[in-house]
Amino acid sequence: MTVAAGTGRTTETGEPLLRAENVVKHFPLGSSSLFRRSRAVVHAVDDVTFDIRRGETLGLVGETGCGKSTLARCVARLFDLTSGRLVFDGHDISTLSRHQLRPYRRRIQMIFQDPYGSLNPRRRVGSIIGDPFAIHGIEEGGERKSKVQNLMELVGLNPEHYNRFPSEFSGGQRQRIGVARALALQPDLIVADEPVSALDVSIQAQVINLLAAVQSEFGLAYLFIAHDLSIVRHVSDRVAVMYLGKIVEIAGRHDLYTRPRHPYTKALQSAVPVPDPDLADKRRRIVLTGDVPSPIVPPRGCRFHPRCPKAQQRCSVEEPRLEPLAGDPPDHGVACHFPLADGEELPAGAVPPAGAFAPSAPSAPSDTLPAAP
Amino acid sequence: MTQRLAIDVAVGDGLGPVGPAKRPIEGRSPWRLAFERLRHDRVAIASSVVIVIIALMAIFAPVVAHLVGHGPNDQYRTTGLSPEGIPVGPNLRFLLGTDELGRDVMVRVFYGARISLLVGVVASSLAVSVGVVIGLMAGYFGRVVDTVLTRLMDVNLSLPYLVFAIALISVVGPSLLISIVVIAFFSFASVGRIVRGQVLSIKEKEYVEAARSLGASDVRIMFVDILPNVLAPVIVYLTLLIPLSIVFEATLSFLGLGVVPPTPSWGGMLASSIDYYQVAWWYVVFPGLGLLVTTLSFNLLGDSVRDAFDPRYNRFFGTTE
Repeated sequence: MTVAAGTGRTTETGEPLLRAENVVKHFPLGSSSLFRRSRAVVHAVDDVTFDIRRGETLGLVGETGCGKSTLARCVARLFDLTSGRLVFDGHDISTLSRHQLRPYRRRIQMIFQDPYGSLNPRRRVGSIIGDPFAIHGIEEGGERKSKVQNLMELVGLNPEHYNRFPSEFSGGQRQRIGVARALALQPDLIVADEPVSALDVSIQAQVINLLAAVQSEFGLAYLFIAHDLSIVRHVSDRVAVMYLGKIVEIAGRHDLYTRPRHPYTKALQSAVPVPDPDLADKRRRIVLTGDVPSPIVPPRGCRFHPRCPKAQQRCSVEEPRLEPLAGDPPDHGVACHFPLADGEELPAGAVPPAGAFAPSAPSAPSDTLPAAP
Repeated sequence: MTQRLAIDVAVGDGLGPVGPAKRPIEGRSPWRLAFERLRHDRVAIASSVVIVIIALMAIFAPVVAHLVGHGPNDQYRTTGLSPEGIPVGPNLRFLLGTDELGRDVMVRVFYGARISLLVGVVASSLAVSVGVVIGLMAGYFGRVVDTVLTRLMDVNLSLPYLVFAIALISVVGPSLLISIVVIAFFSFASVGRIVRGQVLSIKEKEYVEAARSLGASDVRIMFVDILPNVLAPVIVYLTLLIPLSIVFEATLSFLGLGVVPPTPSWGGMLASSIDYYQVAWWYVVFPGLGLLVTTLSFNLLGDSVRDAFDPRYNRFFGTTE
């Protein structure tokens, strides 16, 4: 764990860098006009608890619409929490005012999904990357410019392109600009909201490697969000699986991929495309029936039970808690009444014919990523 | 970073630092691109030239007055009026004829350009500044602020402006300043609505979220992140608002509510020429021509500016491809 000297930040690794406790985020639906107040809410994130340790990468996977991005924005405090606590480095930041949050803004940064939307098209790259300095009133004039150019060099951009506009860069280069901006204030935690899903597969690997390189350089922690399991597997130390606003399973990377306990995790893993066509034809593909239920009226009990092949009466009544099974490592939590045993297979649905459209999340072939370091 | 850091990225993409360039590479800003398009637009060039000529007329009006030897308010009752008291037509002494008091129409038209341009530019700029700030606030803060400001702008737009202006000026008394204020007051709301609409879409962009996650203040987000993105339609609207303001001022002067006589203004000259149009065509034509050419040039320039900022807009069919 390397933390820059002289910043006065604590370096002990005992307590987690960030602890999210029972985080809830509901969005009220419809227009809350003066006269009618709508009662319906979208349960985007519902009672989510997790830790991020210093210097580690916590991967967060789930289908589109499961609340990943909302959770990310809650952690970055772009949204106010409906309830719950966020403890960052020993301080509760969940109820701080905008002004009180400013010192923490420097330590939690965000990388966005869309490399086109996240950079202001009317501003030069130099001033975009210099924004963190300008906003926090540090490093004036020439000093700031040289820092910005160092950052550009660090992320693999030509510092001479300081005066260019975002439209003059490719998608991968723009994402590097976003990374440089996030690194400027030497944060402790970077929330990366699908940082590579908008990029080409070959560019994805470059950006992922860049993120890994700066992590080992600065001892950063990442909350890394993706819907692509192979990428999350590559970058994460631990992985959390989200379904309909809840974490259904959280475990060390190796543990999660070799011994998935939750039926949803298992089904998600079976949807990862296999680059070998022969293997792809032979493997068992678990096709879940039905659609993701509405987050406005989430199912009672376990939220996965309407689609779960193992669901029983109890699942529709009692909500399972996220806790480790006997015999599993203590950091392997699963929220399931009937978790899978080692090597247990789910009853597979019909395997779609080879080449048919797979309704699962789009994902990159895993062989484009270099082996994990 | 306290020291220069370089990290080898496993898969290079050829973007890494190259040899030292002589000077930083200058990017081409969207403004620059728009200006380049404008420079190649013949209509824009022609109308700009006309506007510059009118501006020069206004600036050098005293010089012209000095050259011909007639002040704008000097009355030449013997040489400038026929024995019957009728204005004399264009001749060598009075190149564009005289008015009913024997004043030189040419000198007065030149001086009238000063009033028109001054009121047009100042009132439009004032209207745009107020409109931008109100539109930014309404769009950015939303909720109650938006409701209140939008309703105020709706009320403003629904006021019968001429009746209101007549009522106000008859209470306060006509002057140049009050004309400018009245014109700006009746123009800012449409700018505000345009800006509000743009802000509503821009504030949802990820770069605004990025600024917020960095801890930027509301004022900074509004003026540094959002404003540059709404400026293009604002500038287009500004160039189209100038001729409207000029016409508005001429209308007020025509009704005797604008510039106080004897100060020459195009609207005021047109008003007093009405009684003489059958015997003194020059008295109507030249101030009218000044007004027509000025507003036409600004309108054509405004169209070109809009085309320059939005190359896909079709000028002839009014559609966006």
